[in-house]
Amino acid sequence: MSEPVTLNRRRVLNLGIAGAGAAALTPALAAAQTPDPLIVEKQEWTQYLGEGVNAKPYGVPSKFEKEVVRREVEWLTASRQSSVSFTPLHALDGIITPNGLCFVRHHGGEAEIDPAKHRFMINGMVDKPLVFTMEDVKRMPGRVNRVYFLECAANSGMEWRGAQLNGCQFTHGMIHNVVYTGVPLKAFLNEAGVSPKGKWVLAEGADASAMTRSIPLEKAMDDCLVAWAMNGEALRPEQGYPLRLVVPGWEGNMWVKWLRRVEVGDQPWAQREETSKYTDLLADGRSRQHTFLMDAKSVVTNPSPQAPLKSKGPNVLSGVAWSGRGTIKRVDVSMDGGRNWRTARIEGPNFPRAMARFYVDFDWNGQELMLQSRAMDDSGYVQPTKDELRKYRGSNSIYHNNGIQTWLVRPDGSAENVEVS
Amino acid sequence: MSKSAKAIAIVALTALMPVPASAADKVGLGRVALPEEIKAWDIDVRPDGVGLPDGKGSVSDGEALFQTKCSSCHGEFGEGAGRWPVLAGGQGSLKSDRPEKTIGSFWPYTSTVYDYIHRAMPFGEAQSLSPDETYALTAYLMNLNDLVPSDFVLSKENFPKNLPNEKNFYDDDRETTEKAFWKKDPCMANCKERVEITNHARILDVTPDDQKDDKDQKPSAGVE
Ligand code: HEC
Repeated sequence: MSEPVTLNRRRVLNLGIAGAGAAALTPALAAAQTPDPLIVEKQEWTQYLGEGVNAKPYGVPSKFEKEVVRREVEWLTASRQSSVSFTPLHALDGIITPNGLCFVRHHGGEAEIDPAKHRFMINGMVDKPLVFTMEDVKRMPGRVNRVYFLECAANSGMEWRGAQLNGCQFTHGMIHNVVYTGVPLKAFLNEAGVSPKGKWVLAEGADASAMTRSIPLEKAMDDCLVAWAMNGEALRPEQGYPLRLVVPGWEGNMWVKWLRRVEVGDQPWAQREETSKYTDLLADGRSRQHTFLMDAKSVVTNPSPQAPLKSKGPNVLSGVAWSGRGTIKRVDVSMDGGRNWRTARIEGPNFPRAMARFYVDFDWNGQELMLQSRAMDDSGYVQPTKDELRKYRGSNSIYHNNGIQTWLVRPDGSAENVEVS
Repeated sequence: MSKSAKAIAIVALTALMPVPASAADKVGLGRVALPEEIKAWDIDVRPDGVGLPDGKGSVSDGEALFQTKCSSCHGEFGEGAGRWPVLAGGQGSLKSDRPEKTIGSFWPYTSTVYDYIHRAMPFGEAQSLSPDETYALTAYLMNLNDLVPSDFVLSKENFPKNLPNEKNFYDDDRETTEKAFWKKDPCMANCKERVEITNHARILDVTPDDQKDDKDQKPSAGVE
């Protein structure tokens, strides 16, 4: 990228909102040569009646949006039942992920459970082990609604050794952000009466992997939820219908789906998903365990490899940021690979441990861009570069890769996953 | 498990006593879980052996079981068929560019082997193995990882706690070791002299949409 262009860019950015300052760069409004047939000719949708109100009793997206779907990378895993599909982040806006687009990670396929046959048990070091039906669960006082992100600890895991997958759906799509309806787990634990010796809980799913994770009792009694609804409707089967655990800010694997049991104990259970998996192997051969918390992270979703720039002139850069430590306080964006930064506009609701949406309105004159975003949370944590992360961890960690992503945008508008010095 | 059973017995006794004041805080939803119900679901085993059922199994019984129930995916010697998980080997590889994390090279505790096999394997027919079969399979996997001799018989009584790599695990310390990531004022202008592209995704060409002719190209790290 030649120096003058960079200066040019900086000038535009320094002027703030692209409009006024960019006037000199903005081409004069295009003039049409011939009338647009879409305007001057009658269209069939204007002339003829469409479908009745209940043609689709459960509404689906427009047929023109059929590319906006979860996708998988078949060769990542040996089996589709223990595999992952990715959220199409590049095609979404706002902060809420639609239920049907929330990424899916199973370890034993999707359990389909009749809620009438679901039971939720609290046992272990409690005064009184209890069993609840779904009806009991929903009668529990203290119902809450909370927006939280859920990120798989392996999100961006393929990128530790360098840029690999060309699209933010695949590099960052193991995340979703929805509003949960449920009751604090604490209510159920109190009902059973936790022994003063209790220090940990084990959450267990009813699926064919009987997924289990140990969670410190302190977290269980703090903000964990037992949830049955997402975005206002029942959980989707692939998200744990009829009941899942919500563990705000902590890695997705702990949010046990098809939740059937919570056991209280005085030490962790060292289950497969907290020893063989979800531990972070460092360069010196040692491994961190119990790395539950998801650090602050962000990504530019537009433009990105699956969402190239189409026109010069005014454009909107968009992205998402989140932190398991709290609320996103600021997101900076660089268009020159991290040399210069400007603070993006965080727009819309911004809850703790939830995704925030950010925008930068900018003017593109066709030059090469190297886009990056850098999230900061209210704990003061600043999203590191990938090289900074590797300095501490090496590149064998698989999990917890929250390094800054770079998209190279070429003069033709196409974008590519790259790493920069 | 036994602890819960004891808890039940205590509950049965206390049920006859006067209602304690704190019971007033209870909503009274749900019902008491029966010991049989707890036994059916509470199958977890901890590193200290809590939760291990009575029973035993030999390496040789484990080998026979493994060849019929497990080797189609995990390979005859736990080496993993195709992309299915590798269960043995990898010792000494953890610092290399391609670490192989197996029971012998990576896992911290033996109990996890028992617990996981009993809970989730064979894949597609979970919780079909008896305690004796699970002990035998655990013994065979320990033998494949050079941890016990081939005439070894594993039981609740001689169940070992730690695996060789246990000493290399430690609790999350990001808040101290990665303190540098909490910065007051991140740089905003002229943060570096030059920016060079060090690596392109396209070179690896593993993007799903372009994968037609490189289906067998593995990414350098998988989803786990
Ligand atoms: C149909 C293929 C298949 C068969 C048969 C099978 N497994 Fe597995 N095994 C898997 C898959 C898939 C996983 C990983 C599951 C996941 O990701 O959650 C796995 C994981 C494991 C693991 C944990 C590996 C690790 O590194 O975390 C062990 C141990 C294991 N299997 C043992 C067995 C035993 C013992 C049997 C026979 C009783 C068996 N498996 C039969 C497919 C199979």
